[in-house]
Amino acid sequence: MRFEHKDLLDIESLSVRDITMILDTAEGMKEISSRPVKKVPTLRGKTIVLFFQEPSTRTKLSFDIAAKRLSADTISISSGSSSMVKGETLIDTAKNLEAMNPDIIVIRHSSSGAAELIARRVKASVVNGGDGLHAHPTQALLDMMSVREKKGRIEGLNIAIIGDITHSRVARSNIIGFTKMGAAVTVAAPPTMIPAGIETLGCSVAPDVESCIENADVVMMLRIQKERQESILFPTEREYSMLFGLNSQRLRGARRDVLVMHPGPMNRGVEISGDVADGEHSVILEQVTNGVALRMAVFYLVSGGMKNAD
Amino acid sequence: MRIRLKGARVLDPGNMDDFKDIIIADGVIEAIVDPAGKDEPCKDEQLYLSDENGNATQKGHPDKSMVEIDITGMVAVPGLIDMHVHLREPGYEYKETIETGLRSAAKGGFTAVCPMPNTSPVNDNSAITSFMVSRAREIGGCRLYPVGAITRGSKGESLCEYGDMKRAGMVAVSDDGRPVSNSRVMRRAMEYARGIGLPVISHAEDLDLAQDGAMNEGVVATRLGIKGIPNAAESTMVMRDIALAELTGASLHIAHVSCKESVDAIRHGKSRGVKVTAETAPHYFTLTDEACSGYDTNAKMNPPLRTEDDRQAIIEGLADGTIDVIATDHAPHSILEKDVEFDRAAFGIVGLETSLGLSMKLVQDGRLSFEELIKKMARNPAALLGIDNSLKPGNSADITVIDMDSFWSVNPGTFLSKSRNTPFTGFSLKGEVYLTLVQGRVAYQRHDGGNEIDCIPEI
Repeated sequence: MRFEHKDLLDIESLSVRDITMILDTAEGMKEISSRPVKKVPTLRGKTIVLFFQEPSTRTKLSFDIAAKRLSADTISISSGSSSMVKGETLIDTAKNLEAMNPDIIVIRHSSSGAAELIARRVKASVVNGGDGLHAHPTQALLDMMSVREKKGRIEGLNIAIIGDITHSRVARSNIIGFTKMGAAVTVAAPPTMIPAGIETLGCSVAPDVESCIENADVVMMLRIQKERQESILFPTEREYSMLFGLNSQRLRGARRDVLVMHPGPMNRGVEISGDVADGEHSVILEQVTNGVALRMAVFYLVSGGMKNAD
Repeated sequence: MRIRLKGARVLDPGNMDDFKDIIIADGVIEAIVDPAGKDEPCKDEQLYLSDENGNATQKGHPDKSMVEIDITGMVAVPGLIDMHVHLREPGYEYKETIETGLRSAAKGGFTAVCPMPNTSPVNDNSAITSFMVSRAREIGGCRLYPVGAITRGSKGESLCEYGDMKRAGMVAVSDDGRPVSNSRVMRRAMEYARGIGLPVISHAEDLDLAQDGAMNEGVVATRLGIKGIPNAAESTMVMRDIALAELTGASLHIAHVSCKESVDAIRHGKSRGVKVTAETAPHYFTLTDEACSGYDTNAKMNPPLRTEDDRQAIIEGLADGTIDVIATDHAPHSILEKDVEFDRAAFGIVGLETSLGLSMKLVQDGRLSFEELIKKMARNPAALLGIDNSLKPGNSADITVIDMDSFWSVNPGTFLSKSRNTPFTGFSLKGEVYLTLVQGRVAYQRHDGGNEIDCIPEI
C-alpha cells in the first residue's frame, strides 16, 4: 500500500484508508521518541521548510522535532523574518522557497486556502499546518490517533466538540475526520459560534452543553479566543464558563471512561476547569506527545514512504 | 455617407419587431423601411444621387455613397446600455482605462456605459465628470455617461454639487463601493437629487453586517472556512433605501441585486408605488457560491454569489419585472489583486464582454423573452437615465446587431478589457455581438475572415 498524496492539505481529500494508514504509521513512529537516541535516518538529506506566517509555538516545535527525529534538515521562516512583511506576495514567497529545492514545505497561514494556493505552485510536498478557519489536518489526525489509541477504535464513538466552531479550523477538520471514520460528532456553542450549515460537514448541533456531553466517549474543548471578544460573540468569559465551560460536575453526564481533549493552548477556568484539565480523563498532554509521532508519519508518507526509506 | 442595414429582424421593444432595413444618414436613423426589393421606398433610395459631400441631391440615378450591410439572419436592436461599470480612470489605469473599457464595452454590444464614481480621485465634482466625458469623446466609440458620487470623497458626510455635475454630463448619483451608512445623509441626498432630477443608485450593503466577509455566508463558506456575508447585509439596506425613497419621493435604483430577500423587498416597494427600480448582473443569475470552491478568486465579488434559491429568485424577479435592468458591475482588477489568498483578493469581475452571451441563456432556457431581455439591457436603462435610444427616424444610429445562432466560447485572452478576471472562462455561449454602431459608425465589428465591413469608418 502506498500513500497517494503529494500534499496534506485537509481531511476532506483523505479516504478512510489514507487516514488509517497515517494513524498506523504514526503508531509505529511513536516508539522512536522513547529511545535513548531519538533519531532515525529515514529522511536524511531532505529539507523541510517550516513557513509560519501566523504565530505558533507548539505546532511549529512539534513539526520541527518530528522532522529532526527523521534526520531531515529544517529551516524556519516566520512572518516577522519573511519578505512578506516587505510586501512580497504569498505566491512569490512560495516560488522563492521552491527555487531552493526543499522537499517539504509546512505552512501555517491566516488565510483559508493558503496551503492549497501554495501546493498548486510548487513541486515540493505541502503540509498544511493550519490555514485560516479552514483546516488543521495534522491536529485532527493526532486527535484521531489519541482516541484510537485509548479506545481501540473510532467507529461508533460519540464525540462532543464544544467551543467556537465558527472560528476553529481544528473543529472543522475534526468534524470531517471523525465522521469519516464512523464516529458521531455533536457540537455545542452559543449560536454566535456555530457557522451556517455546519451540519453539512456531518455533525449535529446540540441545544446545550449538557445534551452535547451526554453519553460522550470523547469531549473536546476548544480554546476561547479572548481577542475575538470584540466581535461580540459572548458577553463575558464568566458567563461563557458558566454556560459552556467543562467542569467535573458537567463531565459526569458523559460516559464513565470519557476522554477529555483540548488542542491547546488552554484558558484554565474559562472553557475548562483546572481539575478536569489535569484529571484522570484528560489526555491533553498525550495529544502533544502523539503530535510528534503523527507529524513524523506525515513527513514520511508524503515523501513517498517506503521507496525513500533507508 | 449613408448606410443601409439590410435583411435583419429589427427589434425595438414596444415599438417594432419586423424584418426591416434601417437607413442611416450622417449618424442618424433616417428611415426604417421594408426590406429591399419588396417595396418602393427602397428602390427610390437606390436612385438617389449624391454630391461630392455624400449628400443625396436628386432622384434618378444610383446613389454611390450608399453602403449596404447585409445582416440577414441577425437581429438589430437599440444600442445596449450598461448602467453599472468601473472604468478605473482616473487613478487605477493599471486595471482599466476609459479607452480599454469603452472598447471592451463596444465588443460586448454596448453603445453606452455608466462608470461608477469610485475612481481616484472620486468623481465628486464637475472637473472629474468633465474629464471623463471629454476623454470618452476623444476616444470615440461607445458613449460614456458618468455616475457621480453621492457624497464628497464618497465619505458619506456632505453632498456633492449635483447640479453642476449634471451640467458636466452626470446622469445619476451613487455610493457604489462605499455605501452611505448614515440614513440622514441618504435621506438628504435623495431629496436633493429629486430636485435636480437625478436618480439615486444605491449600493445596498450594511458594512457592519458584512464586516470581514469574503463570500456568501452559508454552507460553502463554512466548508471553505471563509468569513461570510449574509443576505441580510444587502436586504436590510434595500429596505431602508426603499423606505427613504417613499419618504422623499426620489427615484431610487438598487444596484446589483444578489439575493431573494432584496427581490421581495423591491417587489413589495413597487406594489406600494414607490419609485424604485433595480438591476442585477449576469453572474447572479448564472452562478452560485459553489463557484468559490477551490478558493477561486475570480468568483469573489461584492455582493457575493449566493445560493441556488437566490439565483432562482433573481430570475423570477427579472421575469416578473421586479428587476428592470441587467448591468454588469464590470470590475476589472489586475492579476496582482486576484492571484492571492482568497480573503485578500479584490472583489469583482469583468463583465462587459460576456454579459449578452450569458443573458441570452435566459432566453434560450425560456425564462425570459428576447424582447424582455432587450428591454432590460437597452430600453429600461435608457429610460431610467433619460436617454432615448429607440430605433426611430431622427434618433442617433446607436444600434447593436446580434448574431443569435453563433456559438462561442469565453476566452479571456481575446478580451479587449485590460483585465481578465472572469469566472466564465471556457463557458460555451450562444448569441454573439456582430456589430456595434454608435452614431452610425462602427465601434465594434466581429471579424469573420475576409467578410469585414471596410467601407464604414471605424471609430
